[in-house]
Amino acid sequence: MPERWEAVIGLEVHAQLLTETKLFCACATRFGEEPNRNVCPVCLGLPGALPVLNRHAVELAVRAARAVGCALHDLSVFARKNYFYPDLPKGYQISQYERPLATGGHLEFEGEGGRKRAGITRIHMEEDAGKNVHGVGGDSLVDLNRAGTPLIEIVGEPDLRSGAEAAAYLRALRDVLVFLGVNDGNLEEGSFRCDANVSVRQVGDAKLGTRAEIKNVNSFRFVQRAIELEVARQVAILESGGRVVQETRGFDHDAGRTYSLRSKEEAHDYRYFPDPDLPPLVLDPALKGGELPELPAAKRARYQALGLTPQAAQVLTGHPGIARFFERTLALGASPVSAANLIQTEVLRDAKLHGLDAELGVTPEQVAELLRLTEAGTISGKQAKEVFVAVAGTSRMPSAVVEERGLRVVSDEGQLLPLCQKLVAENPKQVEQVRAGKKSMLGFFVGQVMKQTGGAADPKLVSALLERLIAEEKT
Amino acid sequence: MSPLSLPIAELARRVQAGSVTAEAVARESLKAIADRRGLNAFLHVSEHATLEHASALDARRARGETLGALAGVPIAIKDALCTLDAPTTCGSKILAGWRSPYEATVVSRLRAADALLVGKTNMDEFAMGSSNENSAFGPVKNPWDETRIPGGSSGGSAVAVAAGMTLGALGSDTGGSIRQPAALTGTVGIKPSYGRVSRYGLVAFASSLDQVGPFARDVPSAARILAVIAGHDPRDSTSSAAAVPDYEAACQRDVRGLRVGVPEDYFGPGLDAEVADHVRAAIARLEADGACVVPIAMPHTRHGVATYYVLATAEASSNLARFDGVRFGLREERPGSDLGTLYDSTRSAGFGPEVKRRILLGTFVLSAGYYDAYYAQAQRVRALIRRDFERAFAQVDVIATPTSPTAAFPLGERVADPLAMYLADVYTLPASLAGVAALSLPVGRTRSRLPVGLQLIAPAFAEERLLSVAAACERAAP
Repeated sequence: MPERWEAVIGLEVHAQLLTETKLFCACATRFGEEPNRNVCPVCLGLPGALPVLNRHAVELAVRAARAVGCALHDLSVFARKNYFYPDLPKGYQISQYERPLATGGHLEFEGEGGRKRAGITRIHMEEDAGKNVHGVGGDSLVDLNRAGTPLIEIVGEPDLRSGAEAAAYLRALRDVLVFLGVNDGNLEEGSFRCDANVSVRQVGDAKLGTRAEIKNVNSFRFVQRAIELEVARQVAILESGGRVVQETRGFDHDAGRTYSLRSKEEAHDYRYFPDPDLPPLVLDPALKGGELPELPAAKRARYQALGLTPQAAQVLTGHPGIARFFERTLALGASPVSAANLIQTEVLRDAKLHGLDAELGVTPEQVAELLRLTEAGTISGKQAKEVFVAVAGTSRMPSAVVEERGLRVVSDEGQLLPLCQKLVAENPKQVEQVRAGKKSMLGFFVGQVMKQTGGAADPKLVSALLERLIAEEKT
Repeated sequence: MSPLSLPIAELARRVQAGSVTAEAVARESLKAIADRRGLNAFLHVSEHATLEHASALDARRARGETLGALAGVPIAIKDALCTLDAPTTCGSKILAGWRSPYEATVVSRLRAADALLVGKTNMDEFAMGSSNENSAFGPVKNPWDETRIPGGSSGGSAVAVAAGMTLGALGSDTGGSIRQPAALTGTVGIKPSYGRVSRYGLVAFASSLDQVGPFARDVPSAARILAVIAGHDPRDSTSSAAAVPDYEAACQRDVRGLRVGVPEDYFGPGLDAEVADHVRAAIARLEADGACVVPIAMPHTRHGVATYYVLATAEASSNLARFDGVRFGLREERPGSDLGTLYDSTRSAGFGPEVKRRILLGTFVLSAGYYDAYYAQAQRVRALIRRDFERAFAQVDVIATPTSPTAAFPLGERVADPLAMYLADVYTLPASLAGVAALSLPVGRTRSRLPVGLQLIAPAFAEERLLSVAAACERAAP
């Protein structure tokens, strides 16, 4: 992109709230059921059925709004957004329009040049539509299981300047919502969706260029790519003296392009008006206070203060289940750095993460005990791995496995000394190298001892013995 | 004496006592419905279910059970209310034959009170009309003169009661759809305060105005039905949690010292002289009973029709969007036709001309560029009309007006003139817009023997006061 152009990006995120039931009826919000199972007169839009607001959805929306510093409004109003589509049973979507739940927040995230902050215009509540399934034997079918699922729409200010920055913002926003327990962060299943408003302008211009809205891009990588392609497209138009048209565009990843869905002229007139079936939402003051769960950025800072590297802190806050596991392990007395190491190397290897669920195969109790055994010198690191494998997926405790298999660190000098002497005698060349200052060669000797003891030797003791022997030989 | 000529409380007492069986009542009611089929009041008669239900009630009584407040009382249900054992058509071709998989709360409450739900009554399509001529299934005729309309939109329910087919009926009132047909058929019809009765299961016309209410032949009978259907419903967010007082007891109170407001704005041009005379005479009788008559001003009354037809049509245009041929009701489809064509042909074939007119009007007033001039402006005027009532009720306890500017007019007279038709509701619209309680009761007949109704209006949730005055009026009738 020629340097005189600047991209301006604002994201609109739809996040499904983690309620048991839908926004206006008692139907389950479970994903993956047989089509049209979780439906009732209300979410089917049958004649005469009426909506009743789900209190838990309001609680979750309020939590999200507070976490990004939005001002909560004591009174907000549900409105009808009118349009015809088969996945929209009532012919209107209940949303919030002129009077949203919350306005004026911001989100901090790690951008290309360090910490950045982007404004959040508003957060409002609305119901999701159902799903059209096309091309089933020439027919289009409608599944209304999702119809009426509670969403919040988080409208961001046009504060982002590149596709990469947009993706970083989106990741940070997802992390916040996931750690709040508000959303499961699942882009593939559509519970976290993003539309991007993209325009370009000449650097220094205060006025925004004409924007295109890219609809429903379903991965972080695709968001970044779609924005980059769209920015390039707009710059090319402007460079050649053309004008960008205000329109809604789709993203075709395989073809590597965005394409026009509908122009501004074809845009719907949604004829919003306050929904007469729902009284204005008056916020319960109790919802506005209380402590929020610790957010990922705060957690990362705290973990680093415990001595973790930034990378380790990042990995351990990658999912609330992992963070919870780590913190529980610490609470059981494990030291932060060794707990972090073991979680990263062993625990996460077979972790299954889905939505807010984390299947980690072991319990913090098992891990804490294993670390205790290792640090006390009862077993070696190599043995620790063996014990980990033995307890994973079971309810057995490491101490029981150690007992049963008779695992113990060999820290008997009388047993290890002959082994070391033999090695030193058999490898004069390597001994010379160590003496010449090649410290790493000492590792060769330690490794050999460990190998011959089946990993049971205490590596610190072995190292000390070898150093002594090699030094003695010299004299 | 036919059980169908008894007040509801008396009939329920006799059914409970066993001096008349529910089955005998059911048979009489079904026979009357069959005999008066020509009035076209019913769209569906639940003959079999009614008889079965009646026998079950008699059996329960024989076992010594105490039956409900409407034990064995035949009640007709406006076809805008969802019922399980009968189709719900709302007077429209688009719902012809549709069976609801759930039941309206008010219907469940009637059933729980052991009423006999004999059938579903004819109505203007989607409750849009004042003459019942907008039904897709033919007009209802006025039993007092079969060449005349019975009023609408709850015309079938009014006629079921007026012609003695049932002792009570449920209607719905959005701008006068209970009160105006009550006036034109000589029955009592109550439009409760907005939020007093659940709307769950009432096919919506204009959600901020719709209320379900009863018809009966006398005030205490209407009060008993109201007491059964009123009260909070967790399925309707606009229903009030306020307790339901004893409406029948209220019918016994006298009106001495009560202030009755008479707004001259309701007695202007367009009001039939005979109707005016009867209404003024009824007010004079209240005064003779010790009530105090106070002239009041309701200056925004004249904006009622315009305000109503903006707001009600706006809401209707959205409420009726769900009739799209996708999930239920009529579906007009040709092979290979696209989605737009499915919508177009289904709605073109399914809706009648008045419904289409109102959907178009409502769509227009909500459209970008017109919203402020129409919808938002009408909301502001609605607030002024509400304020008229607040100011009036600071001075008086109830307001008395004519219900309808004329007695029943001939079938066909206003079909080609929607504006003349809309004026039939000029006196009932303001109370709907203000959400207050109102009713109509018969206060006389014109020289051509057509009934005339008096409208009484009380503040929101002051149904007791409304019923006291209405019952006193009824007792004072010559």
